[in-house]
Amino acid sequence: MGVLYACSKSEAIMPKIEEIVFKVPANFPDAVYKFEDNTLSKNGFELGKKLFYDTRLSADKSVSCGSCHQQFAAFAQLDHAVSHGVDNCLGKRNAPVLFNLAWQKEFFWDGGAKNLEIVPINAVTDACEMRTDLTKVVSFLNNTSPYPQLFKDAFGNSTVNSQNFLKALTQFTAAMISANSKYDKVIRKETSFTIEEQNGYHLFNEKCASCHAGSLFTDLSYKSNGLDLTSIDEGRKTITGLASDLGKFRVPTLRNIELSSPYMHDGRFNSLEKVLEHYNTGVKHATNLDATLFQNGKLGISLSSAQKQQLISFLKTLTDNEFIKNKNFSEN
Amino acid sequence: MNIKNILVTLFAILTLGFTSCKKEKQQPDANQTGSFTLEFDNTVNGAQLMLNTQNYTNANGDSYTISTFKYYVSNVKLSKADGTTYSIPESYILVDASKPSSSLISIADVPEGDYTKINFTIGVNKERNLAGAQTGALDPALGMFWTWNSGYIFVKLEGNSPQSTAANHTLTFHIGGIVDPNNTIRTFSTDFNVANPLRIREDKKPQLHFKVNAGSLFTGKQNVNFAQLNFTMGGANSVIVANNYVSGLFELDHIHN
Repeated sequence: MGVLYACSKSEAIMPKIEEIVFKVPANFPDAVYKFEDNTLSKNGFELGKKLFYDTRLSADKSVSCGSCHQQFAAFAQLDHAVSHGVDNCLGKRNAPVLFNLAWQKEFFWDGGAKNLEIVPINAVTDACEMRTDLTKVVSFLNNTSPYPQLFKDAFGNSTVNSQNFLKALTQFTAAMISANSKYDKVIRKETSFTIEEQNGYHLFNEKCASCHAGSLFTDLSYKSNGLDLTSIDEGRKTITGLASDLGKFRVPTLRNIELSSPYMHDGRFNSLEKVLEHYNTGVKHATNLDATLFQNGKLGISLSSAQKQQLISFLKTLTDNEFIKNKNFSEN
Repeated sequence: MNIKNILVTLFAILTLGFTSCKKEKQQPDANQTGSFTLEFDNTVNGAQLMLNTQNYTNANGDSYTISTFKYYVSNVKLSKADGTTYSIPESYILVDASKPSSSLISIADVPEGDYTKINFTIGVNKERNLAGAQTGALDPALGMFWTWNSGYIFVKLEGNSPQSTAANHTLTFHIGGIVDPNNTIRTFSTDFNVANPLRIREDKKPQLHFKVNAGSLFTGKQNVNFAQLNFTMGGANSVIVANNYVSGLFELDHIHN
C-alpha cells in the first residue's frame, strides 16, 4: 500500500510529457525555424511552457503569454477584438493564433518581428501587454525557485539570461504543430469530405487559395483586403515605410479558424459569416487593395448564401481538435 | 611611445652599450598571440562629453544637452601592411557613455604582428539583426533592440534642446535599420602611421585610443536643425544622421604601444 501510494504520488508530480519531437508533417514545406543553436529537449520545452503560463512575469502579475493566447482558441484570444493586457489596457491589434510558427519567416500582423526567438520581447515589454522589461524578468527568474534549476536542466547553466529565457519559450512555441485536422486526414486519404465540405473545398480553391495558399493556408504575404477606404492602422507600412504597404496586413492562416474568432487585424468580425459577407459585399476600394479583390471592375468575391455555407463547412474541416486538446501544450 | 622617444631610447641604449638587452621582443611570432585595448573617449566637438549637465551647440546654432549616448562597434578587423587581415571573432562592443567601464575594451588572442589598419562596423551587421536571441553586448535587455520592427539600434542619442519642437523639447535619435533605402549600417576604417603600427606581442598590451564625437550626428553631410528633426527611429531621417556620423563619429587619436 505504501509503495503504491508513493508511486501514484510521484506520477502526479512527474511531468506527463514523454518526449518532444519536431517532425515536419508530410504535407508541409520545409520549416524555417530548425532549432539551430536551440536544440529541442523535453526540459527546454517544459520550461518554455512554464514560462508561457507564468503570470508573475508581467508588471502586475496578472497576465501571462497564455492570457492572450488560449489553447481552446487555437492560442488566439477568444472574444477579444484586440489583446487585453495589464491594468485592463487594450492593445492595438488582435492577438494572433500560435501554431505552425516554425514555418513563418516574419511575425505580427505587420511582419515586424523577423525571428521567432525574439517575438516574445514585444509582448513582455509592451505597455499594454505585460509591461515589464527583460532585465526584470531575468532577475525574477534568477531569484525564484525552481527556475534556476529548470534552466540548468534545460541549458546546463542555472544563471538565467534573456537569451535562454527566449530560447526556452521558443522551444515551446515552435514545437506547436497543427496538422491533424479533418482536412489533413482527407489529404492523407484517411477519411473523406462530406458533399458540403467538398463543394466548399472547390470554392475555396477557386476563390480563396491564391492568398490562403498551400498547406499552411497562407502565402505569408501582406495584403489589403479592403476593410476601410483608408486604414487607420498603417499596417505593413509601419515596418517598410513604403506608401505601397499602407493598410496591408499579413495574410493569416485559416487553420483552426473556427475557433479563433474574432477576425481581422483589429478583430472587427466576430463570425465567419461576417468575414465572408465582407468579401461578398463589404470590400472597399482601398488604397493598395489587392488586385484579386478588384477584377473586371467589380469589388470583392461574389458568394451566394449557399456558397458561403459550403465555404464555412470546408473551413471547419481545418479545426484540429487533437492540437486544441493536446495536453503537452496545456497549462495543467 | 612616439618615434622621437624610440630614437632617444635607442640612442641611450647604444651609448650605454647594452647591446645584448632583449627586453622588448622586436619580431612578431606568428604562433603567438597577444592582446590590446580599444579605448573610446566620448566627446562633443572636441570637449569631453558630460551627460545631462553640459550645453553643446550644433552646427545649426541649436543648443542641446545629451542624456544618453550609446553605440555599437562590431566586426572589428585588423590588417597588416601586406594586406592580410585578422577578423576578431564575436567582436560586438556596446559603448554606453553612462558606464565608463564600457569605453575600455580588452581584446585578446590576436596573432602577433604589426597591424597598420583597423576596420569596424558602426552598428551591427545584417545577419545578427535577423538572428535569434543573442547575449553579451547584443542582449536585447540592454535597451538597444527594437521589438516592434526587430533589429538593433546602432547609435542612440537622447537629450534636450530648447529648439526641439517635440514634447518637453526632447531629442530622440535612435539610428538603425538594415533594409535599403534606409539601411544605416556604416563602416569605419583608418590607417595607422606606418612608423607606429599596432604592435601585438605576447608580452605587451598596446592601446588604440579613439575620440568619439557625439556632435558628428548633427553635421557633416547635412546639418541637423532640431526644430525640424528631433525624433527618428529608423527610416529616411535616420539615414541623414548615419550619413553624417559615418565620417565624423570616430577619429583615431593615438596608438600607445
